[in-house]
Amino acid sequence: MSQFDTLTLWTVIIGLAIGSFTLRFAFLALMGDRAMPGWLMRHLRYTAVAIIPALVTPLVVWPSSTDGVTSLPHLLAAMAALSVGLFSKNVIAAMISGAVTLYGLLYLIG
Amino acid sequence: MPFTTTKSAFWMGFRDSAPFILVAGPFGMLFGVLAAEAGLNVLEALAFSMAVFAGASQFTALQLMQEQAPTIIVLISALAVNLRMAMYSASLTPYLGAAPLWQRALAAYFVVDQSYTLSIVKFENEPKMTVPQRMAYFAGTNGIIAPLWMTATVIGAFVGAQVPDSWGLDFVLPLAFLAMIGPMLRTPAHLAACFTAIVTALLAAGLPYNFGLIVAGLTGMIVGAQTELWLERRKALREVTR
Repeated sequence: MSQFDTLTLWTVIIGLAIGSFTLRFAFLALMGDRAMPGWLMRHLRYTAVAIIPALVTPLVVWPSSTDGVTSLPHLLAAMAALSVGLFSKNVIAAMISGAVTLYGLLYLIG
Repeated sequence: MPFTTTKSAFWMGFRDSAPFILVAGPFGMLFGVLAAEAGLNVLEALAFSMAVFAGASQFTALQLMQEQAPTIIVLISALAVNLRMAMYSASLTPYLGAAPLWQRALAAYFVVDQSYTLSIVKFENEPKMTVPQRMAYFAGTNGIIAPLWMTATVIGAFVGAQVPDSWGLDFVLPLAFLAMIGPMLRTPAHLAACFTAIVTALLAAGLPYNFGLIVAGLTGMIVGAQTELWLERRKALREVTR
């Protein structure tokens, strides 16, 4: 696995600590009990469900363990994790389904 | 059930958060394991969990650092994943906004998916709660989760240092993300945002500096917001014509 240097790591940790706290505190500190503008709330609602799939998709389609060659076990494992999570609302069940699918298929197909 | 004391409110929050042990424990450990695999020592992994205290954001940063993405892209992406915390903070403000500033600052650090979800439901259902009782309930929801997240990270980091590379743990992180995303997709607008982000991420994958991630994330957000608007308008129109 590729490494990164200590300076990068601590820049990221400290930057994220300050940034995350600011995001969490901004409205509790400043807004009082005024309502937030609707358009802003509307976009904030979709950040996680947009950014996370955008991050994961390339990793699923071009997995690093196959040097970027699209692989059926990885695709099916990803679909299992997503669909079990979607329908059961259970994160752990989704995670286990994905892992079992991946390692099962890798074992069968080789 | 009405509260009599702030103390009972704290313990109510404490008990209500119990089911989330099953999520925070394994995922905290997973972060520790993957952090160790990425070359972080136990102290660095713990510092990460304590300083940031936001699972999805920590996983995002870890993944992008391993891809050697520019630091600014790492920060923007991981903070974008955390933008929902701003929304949580905004929606808690009418209930907790009257508390002293130091309490609000302390509470802000502990705003996570679990504490927010439990608290907002409680506050909406029990409008008679006083501000100190609400604060106590909110603190209670973190009584287990926060220490557990840190402890699990440490255990995971110790375990991860022993795991050989041949186990192929590199695909565990994408699976963890997908498992987290499923339950978040509650409405058609969420699905639209997710689907758009996936397609855009594929089309924009060739952009340098992981910039495709930002483009795909923004496109997904806008499509999600527009779908929500469109669905609301359609619903309103139907009610008018009825």
